Parts: sequence; structure tokens; C-alpha cells
Amino acid sequence: MASESFGSEEEEQQQQQQRRRRADRRVRALSGHLEGRAEQARDGPPTERDTELRSRSAVPRRRQEVMKWNGWGYSDSRFFFNKKGQAELTGKRYRLSGSLIPGLKDWFEGTFGADLKHESPAKVALCAGAVPPPSLGEAFVAGLQAAALPFSVETEDRAFRSHGHCLHEIFALRRGKVGRVPDLVVWPGCHDDVVKIIKLACQHNVCLIPYGGGTSVSNALECPVEEPRAIVSVDTSQMNRILWVDEKNLTVHVEAGIIGQDLERHLGEQGYCTGHEPDSMEFSSLGGWVATRASGMKKNVYGNIEDLVVHVRMVTPRGVIEKSCLGPRVSIGPDVHHFVLGSEGTLGVITEVTLKIRPIPAYRKYGSVVFPDFERGVACLREVARQRCAPASIRLMDNKQFHFGQALKPQVSSIFTSFLDGLKKFYITKVKGFDPQCLCVATLLFEGDRERVLWHEKQVYDIAAKFGGLAAGEDNGQRGYMLTFVIAYLRDLGMDYYVIGESFETSVPWDRVLDLCRNVKEQVVRECRERGVQFSPLCTCRVTQTYDAGACVYFYFAFNYRGLADPIHVYEQVEQTARAEILANGGSLSHHHGVGKLRKQWMREAVSDAGLGMLRSVKEYVDPDNIFGNRNLL
Amino acid sequence: MASNTLYSPRDPALKKRDDFEDILEERRSSSDLRYALRCYVPVVYKGIAPCKPGVLKTAVLQSDRLRHVVAEMSKETGESADVIREEASGILEEMAHRLRLGTVRFFAYSLSKAFKALFQRVRVNEDGIQRLQQSIQEHPVVLLPSHRSYMDFLIMSYILYTYDLSLPVIAAGMDFLGMKIVGEMLRMSGAFFIRRSFGGDKLYWAVFSEYVKTMLRNGYAPIEFFLEGTRSRTCKSLTPKLGLLNIVMEPFFKGEVFDVSLVPISISYERVLEEALYARELLGVPKPKESTSGLLKARKILSEDYGSIHVYFGHPVSLRSLAQGRINRSQYNLLPRHIPRRPSQETQAFVNETAYRLVRLQEENMVLRPWVLVAALLLQNPDGVDMERLVEQTSWLRGLAVSFGAFLDWPDYVSASKAVASSLALHTGLVRTEGGRAQLAMEPKEPGSPEEDLFDRAASVLSCASYRNQILHVFLRPALLGMAMQMAEASRKDDIYSCFSFLRDVFSNEFILCPGGTVQDFDEACYMLTKCAAVHVQKQEVVATEKGQRILSFLTSLFQPFLKGYQVGPAPFLELVDYPRELTCYEALSSDVQKNALAALLRMKVVRKLKV
Repeated sequence: MASESFGSEEEEQQQQQQRRRRADRRVRALSGHLEGRAEQARDGPPTERDTELRSRSAVPRRRQEVMKWNGWGYSDSRFFFNKKGQAELTGKRYRLSGSLIPGLKDWFEGTFGADLKHESPAKVALCAGAVPPPSLGEAFVAGLQAAALPFSVETEDRAFRSHGHCLHEIFALRRGKVGRVPDLVVWPGCHDDVVKIIKLACQHNVCLIPYGGGTSVSNALECPVEEPRAIVSVDTSQMNRILWVDEKNLTVHVEAGIIGQDLERHLGEQGYCTGHEPDSMEFSSLGGWVATRASGMKKNVYGNIEDLVVHVRMVTPRGVIEKSCLGPRVSIGPDVHHFVLGSEGTLGVITEVTLKIRPIPAYRKYGSVVFPDFERGVACLREVARQRCAPASIRLMDNKQFHFGQALKPQVSSIFTSFLDGLKKFYITKVKGFDPQCLCVATLLFEGDRERVLWHEKQVYDIAAKFGGLAAGEDNGQRGYMLTFVIAYLRDLGMDYYVIGESFETSVPWDRVLDLCRNVKEQVVRECRERGVQFSPLCTCRVTQTYDAGACVYFYFAFNYRGLADPIHVYEQVEQTARAEILANGGSLSHHHGVGKLRKQWMREAVSDAGLGMLRSVKEYVDPDNIFGNRNLL
Repeated sequence: MASNTLYSPRDPALKKRDDFEDILEERRSSSDLRYALRCYVPVVYKGIAPCKPGVLKTAVLQSDRLRHVVAEMSKETGESADVIREEASGILEEMAHRLRLGTVRFFAYSLSKAFKALFQRVRVNEDGIQRLQQSIQEHPVVLLPSHRSYMDFLIMSYILYTYDLSLPVIAAGMDFLGMKIVGEMLRMSGAFFIRRSFGGDKLYWAVFSEYVKTMLRNGYAPIEFFLEGTRSRTCKSLTPKLGLLNIVMEPFFKGEVFDVSLVPISISYERVLEEALYARELLGVPKPKESTSGLLKARKILSEDYGSIHVYFGHPVSLRSLAQGRINRSQYNLLPRHIPRRPSQETQAFVNETAYRLVRLQEENMVLRPWVLVAALLLQNPDGVDMERLVEQTSWLRGLAVSFGAFLDWPDYVSASKAVASSLALHTGLVRTEGGRAQLAMEPKEPGSPEEDLFDRAASVLSCASYRNQILHVFLRPALLGMAMQMAEASRKDDIYSCFSFLRDVFSNEFILCPGGTVQDFDEACYMLTKCAAVHVQKQEVVATEKGQRILSFLTSLFQPFLKGYQVGPAPFLELVDYPRELTCYEALSSDVQKNALAALLRMKVVRKLKV
């Protein structure tokens, strides 16, 4: 690097600072190790000190204390329309929290034909009779007690772990309904606890369903109704320690129950990050990422979960699966990690993971580019991918999503800002002649050294310019990313007013991106019409990841269900045809959400008979009694 | 077996069809010039601005598909890619249309004049036009008119212009290019020209299919072609050709368009312009070569009355709905889409079936004039028939045809005698009415050699038959059942079904019989004949009723000429001339029947083709 050969005074200072930081980290890491060892060495029930250590997590063991039982995220954060019809986000957690959003109402009513007068509020509490009492073998419970494993049979605890965040699950909860719930929730505190639980389960033939962050959108957490055995939810949230950080090799060894925000926060304190940021990172867990083959927003720099994982430990009924070394790449037959990655809780519980880490980048910068239309936007992303110069994140929103983003602009306090906004709009639509009904926006996030970022930024903007793209400022970019964190909260708002929606995703070769986007949208519109949906649906997409050979496309789909007798059924039918259309257009069954039970029906088609047989035979060997009986995937 | 299927036939007579408007009416009362020069702003597909023909050509030549084929050929032949590309460019130049509004306006003006002179009315179902207008905006549209006359595509473009719809680009045979000036003018009014046969020419096929697909993908303009491939000389629908249909479906299969609307269009002529020519052609006189001078000579037809034309725009058929559950589109996922590939068997079967389906839709919506009933009756009475009896029979036949779902243009207020009289009046060349009797005009005006006499007689029978042929599709299935009952000489349903199946197989080159639809056709036939109480269908038996004798004997004698024709077989023409008196069935002389019979025999492996 340039800085090494031409060291100026300033840089020397920086280097000194860096050295100091590194020393700090080492001390902290060391104390972390000691703590961890102490933990492991100790036998017996968890103590007061133990809970203290674990309570650093943003989500407590009793999740219901801070999270909604029938919606997304924190209880204190929700959107509502105030008396003036302006939307607000309560709480203090998000950038949008507390500010007024004047444009949302018009967009909402205009897009869905919804009306704030027509409300469909959620039930305040779960019906008492909705959850049947647990049916459990006493021997199993006695075994848990003997091993001093914390567990619960409380209704709330159990109901909370009976679902993910699929539309139909949340919709039912809002109406106070739950399906089958686990009979018991158990919280292992470490790898050995998991070994004990699985041993007990095998002894007493109990069905186990691993539970991480509960953010599944593939119906993976649903307890199968046809399961005759008792179902026990293994909540990994208490296995959330960072066991060690290795700065020489830039790796970290973590218990798999840790949730994304805790992991990044703790690593951040030591000056590191994993860089894995799926949209659900506030709540989703490391084990969940591994079990579903998650993808992070900044995969262009850090890689997807399969690129980040150096070592995995998973406990199965057949024993523990792990590799014997931390070699960065091995040629020892098919990679057993790949049976674990994407196993969706069907084989065992992932207990510990070694991940790559990176120093926190010195500089980060958002950006955005406006394109005259989606076609040119896609062409630009393709060129960026061809030149392999994609920034940490690059996403292209279509026109409808752009308008959605605009509707989420908070009220600006200064006249100057609103004047500037007006001027920008005038420039783009009038001077440059972009059609507001066609234009689309790419949002960008650059990370790295300042100079490198600036140089990289220029490179990307130069490519964009070739496709008619105009730089449109950091603010638009940042808002684009914010949308992904609040979209799930917005879905709850929609459901207050007869609007239901969901997202789905795929990955597809470059040459088919446009065709797939168009056909899937048209299919959704046509299917809604044919199924008697009275109002035209919103179906919008964005290209969220670029690869050498293709892209990941993410759809939002929502409609106003007033006048429909069974909106969820209609919704599911439409989603099914949309997925069939994706497959017919060369898209994959899933890019990162996973298969779960929602997309199981297409597995055979997706991986061929022989492929499915391979997976089955692994399942049969590892878990012959189907202890991990969530019935996902296969 | 037939009885086990869950097929519930829809009552064809209940089918609701749209009303017609006469588009010439306005032309007779206002200025043609102003009409030709009026502001023409057609709606387009999803608001796309139509691109210039030049841009289109460049897009085709630079397409991945064509580049791929050029590279392949260059590798195979060792020729430089530039040379092949040059060749491709030449092919495209020869093929491509050059739509110009000026030419269109010229045609609008001159065709207005010509149509007014030729026809009493040009009637169009406006509801169909509205449906089409809607379709054009939503999805790429393929127009599929029936083909009976050279007039067909002129009429089509004329109507679309009249209703302010985008003008189609039309696949036309290369023969038109032989006509000086006219060929180029057709080109400028939207025709593109394809060679009649280009079997192994890979480059030609690539250019041609890419050209059509590019137009379809861009929603450039509706694409029009004739499923039947050529004009039907006999006025009955020809078995469909699949080449172009394959091409227009491919963009949908490959996901390049969301859907394609296929619009069957039925154009029926009260009197076909080429009437006399067709009969001569069928008797072996070669088709006159298309030439401008020929066209000018033919202008004497302007002085005759050709009655009305009915154009029925059928409901657009969504290819997506048709292919639902039939075509697995993900079969195209693993190969780059620009690499040409032979369609799978499943796809070929689907295309074939769809083609038959569309031709049947054309048939169903074909407007029939009372004259076709009269023609059918006259042919069954070669020695003439009393006017009174003819009127009575026509009236009876009308009832039967309507109950079988014929689209008859015969309003209730017109009495049978009036309908018969006006039919005869329009076709004086074919019928002689003397002393209260009507008879086919078979006697030659001036006696010549026996060959010439025979030729003239056969020609007039064939002309008349071409009108009767228009109604055959209505009676085809019940008639096959009737013939099967005769053939089986028993009433067991299974026996009758197997005879039915055999006859259907024999005639599948002659008539539009969807492959694999035997059971459905059989049930339909049973249903129709039961409905008019001609047969009694039981679990194991099919029995003719007392009342049904008249219907059944009419039906069997209606198809007798074909049965005879196939029995005589494709015997050499001259042999028959020696026994003119013994030949009772002139229709057996039709080259069309002979060709189809030969094809059927070849298909059924009764005869074998030897290279000479």
C-alpha cells in the first residue's frame, strides 16, 4: 500500500494509535478467554454470575419481555398513523424513530386502495384456550431436571417458539390463533448441554426443533401437526458467548446462539467485525445463518456465510460433526460443512462456529445512482459485476420501490433541505428528462480506507454514467438500506389496515434477470385478478446482490384483502404461482431464505431425484429416528 | 373407453356470438380520400414506441442467436464470418418488410374503391375488435386468419386500419415478389416475404425466426400469418402448418415475454374471387404465376357481384393458459437461450395440438350463408330438384345445422324460399333454374371433345362443392358416427367406436381432426346425434331411431364423395377419362382429394414411397 512507502507524520500517528488499539484488544480478548475457560471448567447448574454474563444480549431469555408476540421486532417500536394522518415510528431504536413521516399515508392509500378508516387491528393477547397443555413424558423432564437444564412449559414461552415470520403465521397470531406449539422449551447453555439434551431425546424418543432467532420466513419453525411425539424446542439463545478471538489468524470462535447485533457489537468493541449483515441481523442467530445458508448485505467484501465459516461444530443423534483442524481450505472429500450449511435443523444443533473476522473498516460511505429505467440499471449492475468492482453492497430498486422509499422520507425541519430536494427532483426529471414513472435507484455502500473508498466510488460512478446513471447522493442510499430494517415493521402497519404482504427471493443468471422480474410481477398481478383480489397488488423487486454469473432478486408483494373471505389462502396461491414462475424463468428455489416447509414441494425438481436421495441418505444415517423432526427441506 | 370419460359436451347451438357491423357503409357515404388521409394513431403494446424497420434489422443482425449461428457456420464451412454475415444481411434484406404509412394510405384509398365495387358488405364483429385492441396493449399479438383468398390479408390490414389498430406485419410467400411494383408495395404495407421451402438452410431459418421473434418480443406490431400455410382451394380448412407457430411460441417458452395472445380470425366469403380458378387448379391446371399483368387482367372481376364478406375476430387465446401444466418451461434453464435447439417431443405435440385447436376455432366462427346449404343439397341431387322440395329441404337442413352449432347468417325474418332464391341469384354461373327445377349447371355451353366436356362438368361440380365444403366441419363428427354405424353393421358401441376411430384416422389429412381427440370427438358426435334424436346411445349400444334415418342418410351422403374419392384412390387421371360415363363422382377427380388420400395411405403405411 501507498502508506507504507511514503509514511508521513500523520500516518505515523495513526499507526501508533492502531498499535495501541490492538494492545487493548488483546487484553480484552485475554480476559474473555479466561472467563470462557472458567465457564467451561465449571460443572453444575448456572449461577447468578452466569446470567449476568449472558444478559449482555439484546434479546433476553424471556423474549416476550422486549419483543412482540404477534408481530415483528421490539415491542416498543411500531408504526402508527397519528391523528393528522402522519406515520410515526415509536421508540428510540431506529433512525426513523420519533420523526414524522408525512408521505406514507398518501402512498399507502394510493398504492393499495386502502383507507385509514378501515382498520383490522390485532388481538391484544393470546386466547387462553388457544394453546393446549403440554404433553410430556415424565422421564424426559426428569432427565432435564437431573442435568440441571433450564426449561419452561409456560404458554407464552412455548407459543413464542412455535412460529417464524411468514405472513400466515403472523396473520394467525394477530387473530389470536396458534397452531401446534412445542410442549417444552429448553435453554442449553453450552455445547455439552446440547449433547445431554440430544441424548435424552434419543433415549425417550422426543422430537427436537432447534430455535435460534425465530426470524425464519420459510415455515421452518412450524411444529408439524402430524408429529405424534412430544416436541421440544431447543432455544440456543443462551449459548451466546464469544469463546475466543484469534488476531493472528483473524478468526473468532463463537457459540452459535449469539444473535447478529450482539456478535457485531462485541467484536466491534475489540475493533473487529465479521461483516455478515443479513437484513434480519438484529434478531437472527449465527446458528440460524449456518443452518439456512444465509447471505449478508456486504457479501461482496466479506462473503456469504459459507465463505465466512472456518469450522462448525454440530451435535447430532449420531454424535458430533466437526473437522480436526482450522485449515483455510482442504481437499478431504466432499466438504462435510456443506451437510451442515443449509441443513435447516433437520440433522442436529449447531453449537459452535469459527468465523473469519476483519478489522472494522476505517471509512464507510453510502451513495446512490438514479437510472432512467430498470433495464439500464440492471445493465449497469451487470457491468459492475463483470469488472468485479462491486462495492460492499450494491442494490437496484425498481420504480415502485423507489417511490416507496420516497414515501418514507421523514419530515424535514429546514426549508433549505426541502428546497434542495425540490431542486434535485427538478434536475433529474426536468433537466435530465427522467420519467418519474420509470426511473429507478441503485443504492451503494462502500467500505475500506478512505482513499480506496473514494477511488472505488469514482470507478462505480463512471460505470454508472455509461448507462445513463446520475449520482443521487448519500442520503438516498442510506434511506434505501434503512427500508430493509423497517420493512417488517411496516408489514405490521399494513396488517392494521387490511393489507397483507410478504417478501420472496431468488437468484438468477444475468441474462434472465429482466425477464424474470417482469414475468413474476405480471404473474402476481394476473393471479391476484383471477383470485378475486379487488385492488391491484403491489409487486416490486430489487436486485440485491451481484455475482459473477448472476444476481439475487428480492420481491415484495402486498395487497389489500378487503372483500376476500380467505385472504391467506389467496395469498398462498399467488405466492405459489409466483414461485413456479420464478422456476420457469430459470430462477433458483431460494437464494438465502431456505426451503423450510414452504418450498419443500419443489425440492425434487430443484436438485433431481438422485440429489434428493443423497440428502435423504445423510439424514437417515445421522438421525435414523428422526429426532430432529421439523420436516424441513426433505 | 369412450363411455368412461368425463367429457361433458357444451351445447354448440347455445354458443353466443357477436353481432356484425358493415364497415363499407360509412365508406359509401363519406370521402375515401379523407378516410385514407385521416389521422392514424394506433394503440401499441405497453406504450412502446414502434421502432423503424431499419432499427429492427440491425437488432436482428446483431442478436446473440444470429451471431451464434454465423460463428457455427463459419467453423463448419471454413468461410469467414463476415461473408456469412453479409449473406444473412442479404436474406434479411429480401425478407424484411418496410412498413410505410404513405403506402398504407394509398391502399386504404384504392381498396375502399375496389371493395365497394366488389362487395355488398364487409361485416366485422366490433366486439372482437375491442377485445383485440385490449390484447394489443397487454401482450404481443399473433393474428391467425383463415386463408381462402388473396384478399384475406388485404382485408385484414384494411380493417385494422379502419379501426385504428396497429397494422400487422404479415408473413407472405415469396411468389408475390414476382409481381413488379405490387410486391414492393405489399412490402411497404407490412408484408415480409419468406421462401416456400428452405429445408436445410440453417442460416435462412436463423434469420427468419430471429426476425419474427424480435418483432414479437419488442411488441413491434401484431404478427399475422396463415396457419393453413396456403389458400385453401376447396374452402375447407387445411391441416395447419407448424413452422411459424413454433417460432412465435418460443419467446414465451423461454420466458422472454409473459404471454402471447393468439387470435383466430375467420374470414368467410359469400363468393370467393378465385372460385373458377380454384376448380381448374384442382383439376390439374397449374396455378397462374403471380404477376402484375395478371392482376391487371383480372380487373374484369370488378364488374361482378361477390356478395358479402364476414370477418369474425375470435377471442384471443392466451398461450400461457394453454401451456399451463403442459409445457415445463424450466427445460430451457440449462442452455443459453440464444443457442437454437430442437423443440422437445412434448413441445411439438403441444404446438401441433394448439394449431388444430386454433383452426377449429376459425372453423367454428366461420359465417355460413344459406347458399352453402343449398349447394350441399344440389350436390346430393345431381339430376336437379323441384324448387318447392329444395326450399323444404333447405329449411330442414337449416334446423339441423343450427342445432349442430353452425354459425348461419340467416335471420329469422327471411323465409326459406327467399333465402333460396337470393342464393341462386348470386350464383347463376353454377346453377340453372328452369321450369321450377334447380340443377347444377353441368352441360357445357358449347359441346367439345369428351375430355373437355368432362373437364367442364367436373369444374362446375368442384366449384359448387367448395361451397358445400364450408359447412362440412359442422357435420363432420356426427357424419363419421353415421358412417361408422353403417360400416359396423351392428349396434355394439365398441364396434362402432373402432369403425369411428378408423374413419377418423383415414380422414385426418382431409379434415381438421385434432390428433388424439378420438374419444372426445366420439362423445361429441353421440351427444349431437342424441340431441336431435337421430340415435339412441345406451351403455353398450348405439341405435339409430326411426326419425333419425333422414338425418343419418343425409349425413352419410354428404360425405359420400370423400369416401368414393378415397376408394377410387389416387389413380391416374387419364385412366378415368376413358370411362367418363361410369364415373358418378366428379369430386374424385379433385387433386386435393387424391393428394390427401395418398398422404393418408402413406401415413397408414398401406403404400410405400419408392424413389424413382
